[in-house]
Amino acid sequence: MSDLTRTTAAQLADALAAGETTSVEVTQAHLDRIGEVDGAIHAFLHVDAEGALAQAAASDARRAAGRPASGLDGVPIAVKDILATQGLPTTCGSKILEGWIPPYDATVVARLKAAGLPILGKTNMDEFAMGSSTEHSAYGPTHNPWDLDRIPGGSGGGSAAAVAAFEAPLALGTDTGGSIRQPGAVTGTVGVKPTYGSISRYGLVALANSLDQVGPVTRTVLDAALLHELIGGHDPRDSTSITQPVPDLTDAVRLGATGDLTGVRIGVVKELNGSGYQDGVRQRFQESVDLMVDAGATLVEVSCPMFVHALAAYYLILPAEASSNLAKFDAMRYGLRVLPEDIADPSAEDVMRASRDAGFGDEVKRRIILGTYALSSGYYDAYYGQAQKVRTLISRDFDAAFEQADVLLSPTAPTTAFKLGEKLDDPIAMYLNDLATIPANLSGVPGISVPGGLAEEDGLPVGIQILAPTMADDRVYRVGSALETLLTDRWGGPLLDRAPALKGAPA
Amino acid sequence: MPEITRDEVAHLATLARIDLDDAELDHLAPQLSVILESIASISSVAGDDVPPTSHPMPLTNVFREDVVVPGLTAAQALSGAPASEQQRFSVPRILGDEQ
Repeated sequence: MSDLTRTTAAQLADALAAGETTSVEVTQAHLDRIGEVDGAIHAFLHVDAEGALAQAAASDARRAAGRPASGLDGVPIAVKDILATQGLPTTCGSKILEGWIPPYDATVVARLKAAGLPILGKTNMDEFAMGSSTEHSAYGPTHNPWDLDRIPGGSGGGSAAAVAAFEAPLALGTDTGGSIRQPGAVTGTVGVKPTYGSISRYGLVALANSLDQVGPVTRTVLDAALLHELIGGHDPRDSTSITQPVPDLTDAVRLGATGDLTGVRIGVVKELNGSGYQDGVRQRFQESVDLMVDAGATLVEVSCPMFVHALAAYYLILPAEASSNLAKFDAMRYGLRVLPEDIADPSAEDVMRASRDAGFGDEVKRRIILGTYALSSGYYDAYYGQAQKVRTLISRDFDAAFEQADVLLSPTAPTTAFKLGEKLDDPIAMYLNDLATIPANLSGVPGISVPGGLAEEDGLPVGIQILAPTMADDRVYRVGSALETLLTDRWGGPLLDRAPALKGAPA
Repeated sequence: MPEITRDEVAHLATLARIDLDDAELDHLAPQLSVILESIASISSVAGDDVPPTSHPMPLTNVFREDVVVPGLTAAQALSGAPASEQQRFSVPRILGDEQ
């Protein structure tokens, strides 16, 4: 085979099954690529070459014996550093967990291992997944492969950049307010936030329990479906895990890949397209809508008036849950312990306060304080209680919209990738990146971001978001696959073919 | 709510067990005020008749079969501890001199 790193996961799986290549070859090719380009990209916080190659050799032995563990056996993957990996560091992008090696695997990681996917390493992220740019990582930002001076999105910028820079064919991300979909949009890759509860959160270091969801980060919609089917399904270790089986997603992708959308009602959400959205983003979005209508879809304009309050509700609910979750970092059982300098015989509380000051970055402190405020007596009803009610109203908006349309469409992010540093100290400007992605987390519905082309004014990728009702994940795959087919036919190849070659790497 | 004073931020930091020095308080307090202003509008959105949602998929009473499964060994549980002693987490003193 030609370049193993530019091949999709589905093609790699076929080549492995046909004996045209080996997992050791494929894994080594990706490790080599990481060696060549990750100095510039910084998608990885930890690379496990030895472990990945050992898993690859075991996979080759299984294939040689005619007993592959799964369809993707031997296809390597990168894992966001918020998922517990036994024997591999897990830092959540925070100094407070520097050097922590979990004694157990997250359920999704255990499923990857059982299915035979070699784990290449752990990917960079905003600290505890708080951010939209990966700049809040305590270990330095990840760079967008399309333009190294720009953000790769966040919080899962490492996973998206790893896939976009051909360092990994597959990656796992987590999405609390858009952390899979928005990085997908700004790096020209595919990202899926599944229905809440359909993929186990056991071993995912919680940011906001009622919003967090693990999902696939890939270059094609088919690859996302293959990975989603592998990690999805009920887990008795997660009490919020739902028992309904994962729908047949690869079948939905094959149906979508015909490019025919006859009979599909696509709803454009009035509130998620207009002022605040970059011109080039709106142009690409309109082009995608037109293509889908030409392919037989029926266009409906829907209104979700409560969506304008989603950002405010989110920035009360998320900090409230996060401030409680992060209370476990108390310098007693794991993580950083710092002794205060000016106290001779410090108490546990003194040590706790000093450790949390030294271990948490600015954005984490901002959100912990905000959450503590929102949950304090006197404000609880006015703000946190109201936010929970608005959450109900947003779900009602979704219910009404899905009576008129099978799927809802919007741009994934209001702008293309901005410059590193541009919004770092302006929290509100940063928060606005997730305007279009947050409603899905509040309501639990599934969503996908697929590459929608390049914005005219800056030549950077634009993402198109497709949302479907709870448990109808197959719809986001069908329509996502159809749009992918229509657009790649128009472009004459995948969007990532147009990304600039990275310095130090062969084109 | 909008306005949040520097003293309030210092108090909240105490509640959250984070030592913030003066420079951090100067930096964070105005940012938190801006954030609070931008989310304050929410207080008048929903009426009394709207039920709150705490969780997107309402599940109650989730049980599993009462089957023993292996857990972490003591060594595994202590493997990330800043300090341990005799198979236990070793922590700084919990009580003050006057207690």
